Amino acid sequence: MVALNQLVLVCLAYVVFLFGVAFLAERAALRGRGGALLRSPIVYTLSLSIYCTAWTFYGAVGYAARSGLEYLTIYLGPSLVMIGWWWGLRRLVRIGRSQRVTSIADLISSRYGKSNVLAIAVTLMAVIGVTPYIALQLQSVVLSLSIFAAPEMGADQSESGFSAAKAAFWVAAGLAVFTVLFGTRNLNVNERHHGVVIAVAVEAVVKLVALLAVGIFVVWGLAGGMGQTLARIDAAEIGAWDVQGSRWVALTMLSAAAFLCLPRMFQVMVVENDDERHLQIASWAFPAYLMLMSLFVVPIAVVGLDVLPAGSNPDLFVLSLPLSQNQNGLAMLSFLGGFSSATSMVIVATLALSTMVSNHIVMPVWLAVRQGGATQSGDVRSVVIRARRLSILFIISLGFFYYRASGGSGALAAIGTISFGGVAQFLPALMGGIFWRGATRLGALCGLGTGFALWFFTMLLPSFGVDAALSKEVFEQGLMGLSWLRPHALFGIEGLDPTVHAVVWSLALNTLVFLFVSIFTFPDPIERLQGAQFVNVLEHGAPTRGWTASVAGSEDLMIMSQRILGASEAQAFFRAEAKAQGLAGHLPEPTPTFVQGLERELAASVGAATAHAMVSQIVGGTSVSVQDLLAVADESAQMLEYSSQLELKSRELSETAAQLRAANEKLTQLSLQKDAFLSQISHELRTPMTSIRSFSEILRDAGAMEEADKTRYASIIHSETIRLTRLLDDLLDLSVLENGQVSLHLGQEPLYSVLDRALTTSLAGAERAMQVEITPGAENVVLNTDLDRLVQVFINLISNAQKYCHADIPKLIITPQITERGLSIDFVDNGEGIATDEHAVIFEKFYRVTGAQGEGAGLGLAICQEIMARLGGQIAYLKGRSGAAFRVSLPNAALDDSPRAKATAAS
Amino acid sequence: MPDGPLFLERQSYRQRRLMDAVRLLPVLGLLLWMVPLAWPLAQSGGEGAQDPVPMSVALKYLFGVWGALVLTSWLLWRRTATVAAPADPADPHASD
Repeated sequence: MVALNQLVLVCLAYVVFLFGVAFLAERAALRGRGGALLRSPIVYTLSLSIYCTAWTFYGAVGYAARSGLEYLTIYLGPSLVMIGWWWGLRRLVRIGRSQRVTSIADLISSRYGKSNVLAIAVTLMAVIGVTPYIALQLQSVVLSLSIFAAPEMGADQSESGFSAAKAAFWVAAGLAVFTVLFGTRNLNVNERHHGVVIAVAVEAVVKLVALLAVGIFVVWGLAGGMGQTLARIDAAEIGAWDVQGSRWVALTMLSAAAFLCLPRMFQVMVVENDDERHLQIASWAFPAYLMLMSLFVVPIAVVGLDVLPAGSNPDLFVLSLPLSQNQNGLAMLSFLGGFSSATSMVIVATLALSTMVSNHIVMPVWLAVRQGGATQSGDVRSVVIRARRLSILFIISLGFFYYRASGGSGALAAIGTISFGGVAQFLPALMGGIFWRGATRLGALCGLGTGFALWFFTMLLPSFGVDAALSKEVFEQGLMGLSWLRPHALFGIEGLDPTVHAVVWSLALNTLVFLFVSIFTFPDPIERLQGAQFVNVLEHGAPTRGWTASVAGSEDLMIMSQRILGASEAQAFFRAEAKAQGLAGHLPEPTPTFVQGLERELAASVGAATAHAMVSQIVGGTSVSVQDLLAVADESAQMLEYSSQLELKSRELSETAAQLRAANEKLTQLSLQKDAFLSQISHELRTPMTSIRSFSEILRDAGAMEEADKTRYASIIHSETIRLTRLLDDLLDLSVLENGQVSLHLGQEPLYSVLDRALTTSLAGAERAMQVEITPGAENVVLNTDLDRLVQVFINLISNAQKYCHADIPKLIITPQITERGLSIDFVDNGEGIATDEHAVIFEKFYRVTGAQGEGAGLGLAICQEIMARLGGQIAYLKGRSGAAFRVSLPNAALDDSPRAKATAAS
Repeated sequence: MPDGPLFLERQSYRQRRLMDAVRLLPVLGLLLWMVPLAWPLAQSGGEGAQDPVPMSVALKYLFGVWGALVLTSWLLWRRTATVAAPADPADPHASD
């Protein structure tokens, strides 16, 4: 019998050996030696063997002893996945390498728009799903130790000092130390953990050799050769094919799914993959490894059932068979095999989970709590590594406490299947994400939630037994008394095997919800870009996602990445990029390609979501978002509006300027007119004044004068004075009119009577007779205006015609007409008219038609114009008539429409 | 395939068919491993029920298929290793 102390000693020696191997591998990798071995496909394949945990090593035999060949399903699924590497794994590995993925949570979150919510959800689910599995490893190590301790316990229990709890604690502590030492040496998860990988590979060899040795011993040492073993198998209790078809299919599928989704498998298969060609080699090498691992399981189970006393735990046949035959060395080797299986699994699983926990839960929280975020000073590396170490301790202690709480009960296989069921829920989101561009974040979240809830209710909770987590009533009546919510008969479908029931319902509804929600939701831009990159990863398409990095300072990026990648690594990376851009210095231009590459580099250390958040803090804004696009659109709309406003304003300004120019011109003209007016008026005043002065001087100085001359001179003075007075009257009149000081005396009278008055006044005492004809039509219109002023205008026009019409028989035709706007009265004579170039100026003051004789200062028409303006009408010269033609227009307001007035006019 | 040539050289043609075989191998494996679904179960005894398949036969069959798959897969790898997974030119880190 092997003493427990001896065993512990060997175990410790083995552990020291593993530490040594890991240490040497790390050192060799650091010095750049041993690359061929460290990166060989054999090591890759062997590291995949962490799929075979203690559950395989011990549990498979127990499984076979209980349920026959069903145990094989756990290895057939992964074999199929590996042989079908071309379909799924190749794509997964390529994505993992091109996107620098750090874990399965990172991959899923990265695919669905770098969603941190999704990353947290997947991380939590993985921790919940894998913790029982870690507990299972602790349990198997403790169980195997207890086998060695058992005989001694009978003799002297106190002295042996074996305590399951203590043993489990020390195993957990040792594993934690190993993982912390070799798992967190470098931050970049994409860089292989050479120490860990080599140690895992060594352990893979040890467990295979151990199991094969036990198998060979059993077949050729105990059973007496192949033929006899087969005969013994057929004769045994489990000697016939007895596997339910549904379980066979469901468990094969479940193990295939779990093989892809288990965080530790993802870690060694995708994250630690160094070369895609290794995958192709592993595609046949790993199935071969699995085949060898499961080859002797049935013989060991059958012989164990035969040889060992009834009631022995079939989970430990691998140990107890050699022990019962006093093969101590073999037992020791077998123990080491089991120990290796358990420890390698715990190490890698913890590493994978701690990466997820620290990247997706601890770091985002830390970044959110530290207000400065990524731009704050200080080395983030130490924070990340500390977070990772704490996560490792947390996960291992979680496993330890789960083991303590569950009391180490239950068959190994059952716990393993439950764990598989939990992580298999990632499959729809994972596969949908890499094959289907239509998969959306919400779809993935809803699918994962549904599947996980169903798994929790139908698989995890019932596994604690009736009345432990779920009461008996829930099992029989359903949750809250709803019969369709029974954990083993959802929706009233009974008679299914509980495992098959749970797997089918959870995965089916998970997939269904995922597809349904994905179809009816719309992904945001980052999601769509990431989706396209993931699905088209094999087409070597250039990445399309771009940072608008023009605002990102290279220095800021440098400072940040130094704190995550480490100073020398970051500097090397930046220098290489600068060199690639053809720049001499250390800092490259922050081109989108560079920032994107940097983000991937950072993602390898802290995960895609965190890296994205950190870079976006510095670069300022995600690459593209609908909000950004909307903002841009808004801005350009605003600018368009603004510029059109400007255009309008400038047009208004130029119009105003033109108006001002016109006004200025007019002012200048007015000033000229004023000058002309002044010189005119002084001239007009001076002429009569001169004659008055000279004749008055003659009258004064000449002593003797004819009475007739005296009278003549006095009458000249008199007439000149009259002329002066009239001129001054006119001027006064004009100035009153122009200043608007005139007050109108409104009166009502028919037009004909007004014309009559004007004609009477102007034609009285005329030297020449002029024929005046009033065209009948509108002469009965009653006017309502200042009649005296209007008469003044008419008189002026008539007397002008009288003065300037040089026809033989002068004739004036007056034509009143009712128009839309009011009343117009045309005065047309049969004279020569006014020359065209004078049309514009006849209404100016002091203007007199060229060649005009006789009195008149040239103010008449100017006064007429002013009067008409006061009356609301106008006076204009009509061009193109035979003689001089003026039109006087009066507005409607000047006509009296009242019935009374009409009645008056009619009477 | 409008981009490539319509007919290939004998060598390339052979390579393509080998890649087809790589793709089809898991399907074949799945089909062969699901054959046990058709085997009669031990409990379904009764008149006319067939004798259950002995464990040794089941073992030989399943492991035989397994070995054959591994062997085929290995042979295919030897023939297609250079075609299937060329060094990734897009990844600058592949060479270091």
